[in-house]
Amino acid sequence: MKNRRQLFENIVHGVFLALGLITVGCVLLITVYLVASGIPAIREIGLFEFLGGQTWASTAAQPAYGILPFIMTSIYGTAGAVLLGVPIGFFTAIYLAKLAPPTVKSSVSAAVSLLAGIPSVVYGLVGMLVLVPGIRIWFKVPDGASLLAAILVLAVMILPSIIKVSITALEAVPKEYEDASLALGATAVETYFRISVPTARSGIAAAVALGVGRAIGETMAVMMVSGNVANMPSLFQSVRFLTTAVSSEMAYASEGSLQRQALFSIALVLFLFIMLINAMLNLLLKQKAERS
Amino acid sequence: MKRLKRKMLLVLTAALLIALCGCTQKTSDNKGGEQTGLTNITGTVATDGSTSMEKVIGVLGEAFMANNSDVTFTYNPTGSGSGIQAVRDKRCDIGLASRNLKDEEKGVGLSETILAYDGIAIIVNPENGVSDLTLEDIAAIYKGEISSWQELGGSAGEIVLIGREAGSGTRDGFESITDTADICQYRQELTSTGDVITTVASNPNAIGYASLASINDKVKVVTVNGVAPSEDNIKNGSYLMQRPFILITRQGEELAPAAQKFFDFATSAEAVELISMAGVVAAQTK
Repeated sequence: MKNRRQLFENIVHGVFLALGLITVGCVLLITVYLVASGIPAIREIGLFEFLGGQTWASTAAQPAYGILPFIMTSIYGTAGAVLLGVPIGFFTAIYLAKLAPPTVKSSVSAAVSLLAGIPSVVYGLVGMLVLVPGIRIWFKVPDGASLLAAILVLAVMILPSIIKVSITALEAVPKEYEDASLALGATAVETYFRISVPTARSGIAAAVALGVGRAIGETMAVMMVSGNVANMPSLFQSVRFLTTAVSSEMAYASEGSLQRQALFSIALVLFLFIMLINAMLNLLLKQKAERS
Repeated sequence: MKRLKRKMLLVLTAALLIALCGCTQKTSDNKGGEQTGLTNITGTVATDGSTSMEKVIGVLGEAFMANNSDVTFTYNPTGSGSGIQAVRDKRCDIGLASRNLKDEEKGVGLSETILAYDGIAIIVNPENGVSDLTLEDIAAIYKGEISSWQELGGSAGEIVLIGREAGSGTRDGFESITDTADICQYRQELTSTGDVITTVASNPNAIGYASLASINDKVKVVTVNGVAPSEDNIKNGSYLMQRPFILITRQGEELAPAAQKFFDFATSAEAVELISMAGVVAAQTK
C-alpha cells in the first residue's frame, strides 16, 4: 500500500517536473535559436558597423545595415514613455492605495484593468486616427507620425502595469508603520510619502522596470503611429523602433539573405536589452525579499 | 481558496482538451486531402504570397470551392517574397507574387504565369487641388526634388511622402516603374495598403501609392500623364503605373490534381469576369 502511494507520488512529481521543464525548454530554445541566427549577420557586417552605423538600407543595391537609429529610438521612446507614464502611474497608485474612497477605488481599478486588457493594435488604431492628425494640427508639422506620437501611446500603455504593481507594493506596507507615524503627529499625506513610499520602494521600482519592459517590447501600436522610417530619433520625425524594424521587414525578407539574418541580429539586440531589464527587475525583487 | 484552485484546474483541463481536439481535427483534414477521388476532385489547394492579391485570389478561391465542394482552398497572405520562398520549399502548391520573377528565382526552377495586371494608383487627399502628375513629377516628388504642392500648381504645403515598407510588392512595383529604387525620401513607411489609404485620407498634404483594387473614395486618385487608371488604359499600356500579378509553380513538376484544376480555372476565360470583379485586369481575354 505504502509502496503504491510512493509510486503515485513519484509519477505526479515526474509529470510536474516535465511540465515545468517545458517553459525552461522554450526559453532555452528561443535563446539558442536567436543567438545562433543572430550572430552570423553581425559577424559579416561587423559588430561596430552594425551597432554604430547610422544608415539602414537593407534592400538597396548597396545595402547598409546600421541599427544605431533603431537602438536610439527605442531608448528615447522608452525613456520618454517612462518620464510621462511613471509620475502619472505613481501618483494614481498612491491615491488608489491610500486616499481614495472605496467606491472610487473600485471603479478606477476596474478602468485600469480594462486599460491593461485593450489589445495593442487598438491603441495603435486610435493613435493613428486621433493622435497623429492631432499632433500635425497642434504642433503645425507636416506630418504627425513621429517619436512624440509613439511616446504618448507608450506612456498610456505602460500605465496599467505601473499602477497595479505599485498598488500591490503600497498595500503591503504594514499598517503599524503608518499608525506609528500618524500617532507621532504626522499628517496622512506626510505619512504616505515619508513612510509608505520608502517602505514600498523596491516594489515601486519593480513596477517601473516592468513598464520599461513593456514599452521597449511593444511593436504593433508604435508601428502604426511612428512612421517607420529609419531616421535618427528626433521628436517630430518619423522613426523606427527595434521591434518594428524586425516585424516590418520580416514578412518580405527572403530566406538565407543577409537582410533576414540582420533582422535576427536586431531581435538578438532587443532580446539582450529585455534580458538586462529583467535582470534588473529580479535584482529589485530580491532586495525586496531580503528586506522583508 | 481550494475551490478556486479546483475550478481553475477544471478550466485549464477543458482548455487543453479543446486545444487537443483542434489539433486532431486538423490532421484528419489533411489526411482527407491526400486522397483523390475518380469523379469528384478532392484535396487541398494551398496558395501563399502577395498581400496585394488578396482580393483577386479570394474571389477566385470562393468561386472554385463553390464548384468543387470537396476541395479546400487556402490562401496565406505573407507577401511576394515569402510566397516565392514557400513554393520553392514545397510549403504550398501555387505561389503568388505581385512582380515578375527575378532571373535568379527562375534559375532555381520556378516558372511564372501572368494572371492579371494591377494598376498602381497615385493617391492624394481629396482636399488637394492637384489632379494630374507626370511620371517625372512623381519620381521628382518621391526623390525630394519637388517638396511643395505649390510647385505643382496646388496650394502651399510641404508634400508628405507616404510609402510602403522595404520588400513590399507595391513599393517594389512603384519604385521600379518610377525608377526611384532606394532613393525615395519617405516620411512614413507603412506596412499595409489600408494604412496608406487611411494616412493619406487624414493628411491634406500627403501623397501615397496603393493597389488600384483597394482604393476607396476617402482619397483622390490622380491621373498619370493625363491617363486615368482604368481597365482599358491598363490593358492597352497607356497607363504607366502598372505591374503583373503572377502565379508561381515549380518547373517540370506536376501539380496535384486539385491544384492543377484551380490553376486551369484561374487562367481560363471564365475567370476573367471574376478577376475584373476584384478590380484588376485579367491577362486572358474572354
